[in-house]
Amino acid sequence: MTLVFLTELAVNGALVGLMYSLVALGIVLVYKSSSVFNFAQGALVMLAAYLVWAGSRVVGVVGGVLAAAAAMALLGLGIERFALRRMIGQPLAMALMLTLGLEILLRGLGPAAWGADTKRFDLGLAEAPLFLGDVLVNRTYLAGGAAALVLLVLFALFFRTRVGITLRAVSDDQVASWSIGIRVERAVGLSWALAALAATVGGTFWAAVQGVDWSVSLLLVKATAVAILGGLDSLAGAVIAGFAVGVTESVVSGYLDQVVGGGTKEIVTLALILLTILLRPHGLMGREIIERI
Amino acid sequence: MFYRQCGVRHVSYAADWQLWPLRFERLQVGALLLAAASAPLWLPGLYLGSYALPVIIFATATLGLDLIMGRAGQIHVGYAAIMAVGAYTAVHAVRAGAPFEVGLLAAGLASALVGLVAGATALRVKGLYLAIGTLALQFLVEWVIVHVPAIGGGAQTTLQAPAVRVLGVAPVTTLGARYWVALAWCVLVTAYMLNVGRTGFGRALVALRERDYAAAVLGVHVFRYKLLAFSVSSFVGGITGAVLAFTYYRAVTPEQFGLDVSIQLLAMGLIGGLGRVLGSFLGAAFVFVVPIVISTALPGALEAAGLGLPVAVLSHLQIIVYGALIVGFLLLEPLGLAKIYDNVRSYFLVWPFGYARRTMG
Repeated sequence: MTLVFLTELAVNGALVGLMYSLVALGIVLVYKSSSVFNFAQGALVMLAAYLVWAGSRVVGVVGGVLAAAAAMALLGLGIERFALRRMIGQPLAMALMLTLGLEILLRGLGPAAWGADTKRFDLGLAEAPLFLGDVLVNRTYLAGGAAALVLLVLFALFFRTRVGITLRAVSDDQVASWSIGIRVERAVGLSWALAALAATVGGTFWAAVQGVDWSVSLLLVKATAVAILGGLDSLAGAVIAGFAVGVTESVVSGYLDQVVGGGTKEIVTLALILLTILLRPHGLMGREIIERI
Repeated sequence: MFYRQCGVRHVSYAADWQLWPLRFERLQVGALLLAAASAPLWLPGLYLGSYALPVIIFATATLGLDLIMGRAGQIHVGYAAIMAVGAYTAVHAVRAGAPFEVGLLAAGLASALVGLVAGATALRVKGLYLAIGTLALQFLVEWVIVHVPAIGGGAQTTLQAPAVRVLGVAPVTTLGARYWVALAWCVLVTAYMLNVGRTGFGRALVALRERDYAAAVLGVHVFRYKLLAFSVSSFVGGITGAVLAFTYYRAVTPEQFGLDVSIQLLAMGLIGGLGRVLGSFLGAAFVFVVPIVISTALPGALEAAGLGLPVAVLSHLQIIVYGALIVGFLLLEPLGLAKIYDNVRSYFLVWPFGYARRTMG
């Protein structure tokens, strides 16, 4: 019983963690290209979830996801062009506050456009319970975790293309990229579009898990923990950290919740953020360029 | 026009150091102070209690946050948590029988201690990582309050703030008395913030903000001043939190000091203008009042124009206006309301001789 219970917690936790990293990928992509922490990612995921839900009622699930992806990519480009670009040369606090302001604005606009009640969204997966050996696995989690891995592979391949290499150059050194003729602004805009695409995939699966309402944007906290633990500029780090956060959170809360009466899930996330910042600020796989004084 | 200024004719250092060298501005400050102090006598209770009082307290909190953000250049996303520590400390101290003043002092010290711990993180990381570290502090404090019954009184509990007396004689029960307590603290903090820029401490903080390596080369002990900045700012925040609990809410719950309050304080500082005392007041008033006014006035105005809004939009209008204000200000006037005031002031400073050089900055 205990071993099966433990494996079940670990497996489902790992899959949920991979779904967290779907959200965290957007933070990492933007940070890589422009060193701005994307506090708006939670609201982007929420908006994507609304769009997927609304689209799927008109043109079916696949069509809805594609339409939402196109709309979100445009929104990402727009955010860079009309908002973040003006923050170049301003203090870091300004850019952070801008993404926070966007988060607040989108958090209001989503429910305002579609109503505040929770929308049920069905991905069309089979309902029957899925057992791997003795372990009960949630099908939505499984699909979401798989999507996170597929997305990671796609991004890894993308970073080997010509455009992807310019993105890597920009994340290395903006001024140097500029001097050899890379359009830095365009690269940053592209990274926002990619972040919005990651948000669409994340929004689709999280909508299937918990329904669509404003609380989807609260995933920002988990995604922050994942992005920090993985290292803010490492895509692979985000996935590994998602795995780690998911397993730790699920196993710890699975055992401790019975003892202390609930609520340990959040504290695990926070403890992970604090410990990472204190012990290893660049995370598991991030580049160690954090200035210390 | 108003300023009637012609040349700089200081003959002593004292005259050069004046906070307000222009006579008109001294009169302005005096009139404002008088109006603020006498507000309970002429302002209707509704406006006093639900606008003037909270704006004054939030302006004080923004001033405290500005010490760390505007002066020392460190990002703090968990200032409401610092205020929560102060509020809970003061309420528990007073409930245990301590006098009000002792409770406030304990609030400041407890918050300064927590701020010191947060500041210790600042010694290891800076910039973005500091922002996230303080964000974690915010969640951690909230979690502790909700989950430790000895502090928060158990989940979903409201702790009543007991009735208190100032100096053991004057009871702080009427709205006017509560307002005066808040105002007194606000004036004290304002006086401190106006003057801190002229002290060695304030100058060291500004040096830190501009470039910490350069500051270290100039002999500013970076560790020491960062910790000092965090603890002084937290001391102010703690007492402000206690004042907020005792004079405005008259009770404490964790929701009063959530992440949204931290973000609201950041928005007040940024919209007002970082590093400016005037900015904290303008920002606090603007962020607190404008979303309320717009979301109550706009539906009526649209209704009159024949454009009814759907219910879903109406119920989220306040948060949309709030978010749009933050984004709009950052994009259109990054230096905030204080800069707008400066532009108007420097226009009138030499009016009607617009071509003249503006000497009084």
